[in-house]
Amino acid sequence: MVLTVGSAIVALEAKEIIYGAIGLAGSLFGVATLFFLLNAPYVAVFQIAVYIGAVAVLILFTVMLVREEKWSKELPTSSFTRLAGILTGLAIVLALAVAVVDTDLSQFTNLVNTATFVDIGQLISTGDAPILLVLALVLAASVVGAITLSRADREEKTQ
Amino acid sequence: MNSLSDFVLVSAMLFGIGVYGLVTKRNALRLLFAVELMINAANLNFVAFGQYLPFESGAQTLAPNALGQTFVLFSIALAAAEAAVILAIVVVAYRLHKDVDVSELNSMEG
Repeated sequence: MVLTVGSAIVALEAKEIIYGAIGLAGSLFGVATLFFLLNAPYVAVFQIAVYIGAVAVLILFTVMLVREEKWSKELPTSSFTRLAGILTGLAIVLALAVAVVDTDLSQFTNLVNTATFVDIGQLISTGDAPILLVLALVLAASVVGAITLSRADREEKTQ
Repeated sequence: MNSLSDFVLVSAMLFGIGVYGLVTKRNALRLLFAVELMINAANLNFVAFGQYLPFESGAQTLAPNALGQTFVLFSIALAAAEAAVILAIVVVAYRLHKDVDVSELNSMEG
């Protein structure tokens, strides 16, 4: 929990954006350990594979390949904006925390659902199969879109 | 660290940090980080509620409830696609404007 929240703060406040990306990876890893604690190992492994293995590495490689000064420098924020951001974040956390503490959520202490990856697989491949197909299309479209965006720009440059 | 409210509180903290980042940061990559943190807070909530609360719908006969975990799997895949597209957009915007400051990217303003 400390790893998750601390790394999240590091991700946003680190001077160099490389360290910020590493902080983000740490925070995502913390969330994965929380998934393990919740008795959801399949989701935890999926989180590590996709977020740390793909997203964090994607961000790191983008930052390192472009390697420009403006990417890594911390853009100055006015103190008013910073104060407003801190107040907004704190207000949201406080409101949610008061709401959570006010309910009886803390009485749930037993993990009642012991779904294994077999159940998840059954659910995905039977009832949610259309969602899976649409998701595959969305993923393919996003990859094609990302490649097209960077390619079109390169052709513009050579002309 | 073993009741439902603990996980929900961690999720609330992550969400608050994400909102703070969205409000204050001007670097486009930092905004992406903040959005990822908020998505993770939501995912954590889904899994926590799905694992702790009993499943009481008579329509579905799946005894162990995997709905929360399944939803989060889809959500993670969508977030990965979104991150790839945002990174491509940021790279193109940087090549066009030589800047990643989102308050400077105003050429599409009406």
